[in-house]
Amino acid sequence: MPSEPNHVLEFPGGYTRSTGPVIGRFLTELRAGRIVGVRTAAKKVLVPPLEYDPLTGEPTLPEFVEVGPAGTVREWTWVDAPRKNHPLDRPFAWALIRLDGADTSLVHAVDGGSLKAMRTGLRVWPRWRHDRVGSITDIECFVPEVTTIVANVRTEYTVTPGAALARYLDALTRNVFLAGRCPSCRSVYVPYRLSCPQCGSVIEEELEVGPSGTVTTFAINNLPDPRAPQVPFVSAYILLDGADIPIIALLAEIPATEVVEGMRVRAVFEGGAVKWFAPEREA
Amino acid sequence: MRPVAVAAFAQTTHTGHDTGLAEAELILPIIRSVREQSGLQEFGFTCSGSCDYLAGAPFSFVSALDAVGAWPPIQESHVEMDAAFALYEAWVRLQHGDLDSALVYGFGKSSMGDLREIMTLQLDPYYLAPLGLDQLSYAGLQGSAVSSDVKKIARRSWESAQTNEFALRLPEPVETAPITDGAAAIVLVAGDLLRERTNLAYINGIAHRIDPHYPGMRDLALSASAAAAATAAGVGKGHVDVAELHVQFAHEETILVKALGLGAGTDINPSGGPLAANPVMATGLIRIGEAARRVMDGTAARAVAHATSGPCLQQNLVAVLSRES
Repeated sequence: MPSEPNHVLEFPGGYTRSTGPVIGRFLTELRAGRIVGVRTAAKKVLVPPLEYDPLTGEPTLPEFVEVGPAGTVREWTWVDAPRKNHPLDRPFAWALIRLDGADTSLVHAVDGGSLKAMRTGLRVWPRWRHDRVGSITDIECFVPEVTTIVANVRTEYTVTPGAALARYLDALTRNVFLAGRCPSCRSVYVPYRLSCPQCGSVIEEELEVGPSGTVTTFAINNLPDPRAPQVPFVSAYILLDGADIPIIALLAEIPATEVVEGMRVRAVFEGGAVKWFAPEREA
Repeated sequence: MRPVAVAAFAQTTHTGHDTGLAEAELILPIIRSVREQSGLQEFGFTCSGSCDYLAGAPFSFVSALDAVGAWPPIQESHVEMDAAFALYEAWVRLQHGDLDSALVYGFGKSSMGDLREIMTLQLDPYYLAPLGLDQLSYAGLQGSAVSSDVKKIARRSWESAQTNEFALRLPEPVETAPITDGAAAIVLVAGDLLRERTNLAYINGIAHRIDPHYPGMRDLALSASAAAAATAAGVGKGHVDVAELHVQFAHEETILVKALGLGAGTDINPSGGPLAANPVMATGLIRIGEAARRVMDGTAARAVAHATSGPCLQQNLVAVLSRES
């Protein structure tokens, strides 16, 4: 078919069809936000209700039974690219849903979010339309049962960096890495600190290290971070020239797959802080 | 039952695109062909199968009669189904005993519209059609209910189609029958016309049965109606050399082979089946024609043909053909 039709078959306003008492009852209940089935002579509950038992051809009983609203997915098939007439405009599943209390399955759409969320046995509930008219589409779709919640945490603080870190951050505004040397074990620590974490000696000697260094180890991160240039990004331990312990920092301006241990890098400063480290270029 | 046999079968060289021929123009050569094959210029009864929604015009099947020649008035009927079901009506008509010949034809040009959504229009208008449930979607539901080696079925069908001059030239195997334009015609004969002819494929049994329409009301992994039709047609009464099955989705073959009780000794869809050419509304009739052709050319002593209609193999027709009345 050409992308733009040159002939359209349409019945303006659509056909008016009688529902009969059984389908009419089902659609009326849907409009009221309830799902009902009909009982057969064999006491089976047909959902959606039919006027006749498909197994025997006998009329069903004038006995409607509320079912669901929850049900269990049986057969299902995934739709990657919804058609314009489909109930959802994003990928979804068609499913045969055995509503609680029913002996047959209802065909409807399941908005599970992703293919990975779909499985036979999935428990689903209807998502009702707000304005219902008495149509099978009064149920917009079914959605999975609630099994997880998102717990948000947010509390607010005013923090200060402490005396040593404040000196270190102040030095960074001048594009300098400030370090300290332990008077007894001679270890050089960066960021600058007031005491040696190994021997406990008070550190008084300040010195500058870096801004170049060597990657000792690194990780490729696949979750986005607002500070990182892109995903995936690399966080690396960098041993600044003159220091004895590495600092952790972002590593950028190089594809993640090309980062190796031992590579030489240099700090990139921006706005008085280290933006990230980048491969050291020959001067 | 009054013996009835297939005396002629013709089909178009099917295409995956619109060749520019109108429906009547599409069927004209095959009507001429079955007239020549059968030696009959006129028929006691004419019955066709087509779908007006394919053409997008009410009563479009009437204009197709131009290819037949309907004046002076002929006895004619039409089913809004695959022409295999028109053949069933013609077979029933010949059982009346007052007529000895029938022309059956079916045609469809799926290329003109969106077949997947046209098939939505065959669904019940209360529970299914408003959802926009399309053909691929309900077939997908049935596919998820059955364990089937669809890749193997697709490959075998594709390989078989390489020697079928009427099938599409598909570059690779497919698990869903391709969009196809085409037509087919069959001539049935009975009574004295049987005695005048030697190359016939007798219809030893033919029956169709139907399952509940709503897919949630039945076990989609099985086809109770196909099994019932096969029993009624007598499929199990002898060895089946060839079975031509109306498989529009590869997984349907697994369901049908089980329902019809077909064993390893049966050659399934030697023509490539609908996975190689699916001129909707003629596809089922072609199954009968292909089965009859193999009986008539001696490659099969006994053949089975199957045709289906409705969602998820809802309605199934099964015919058994052989050289013996």
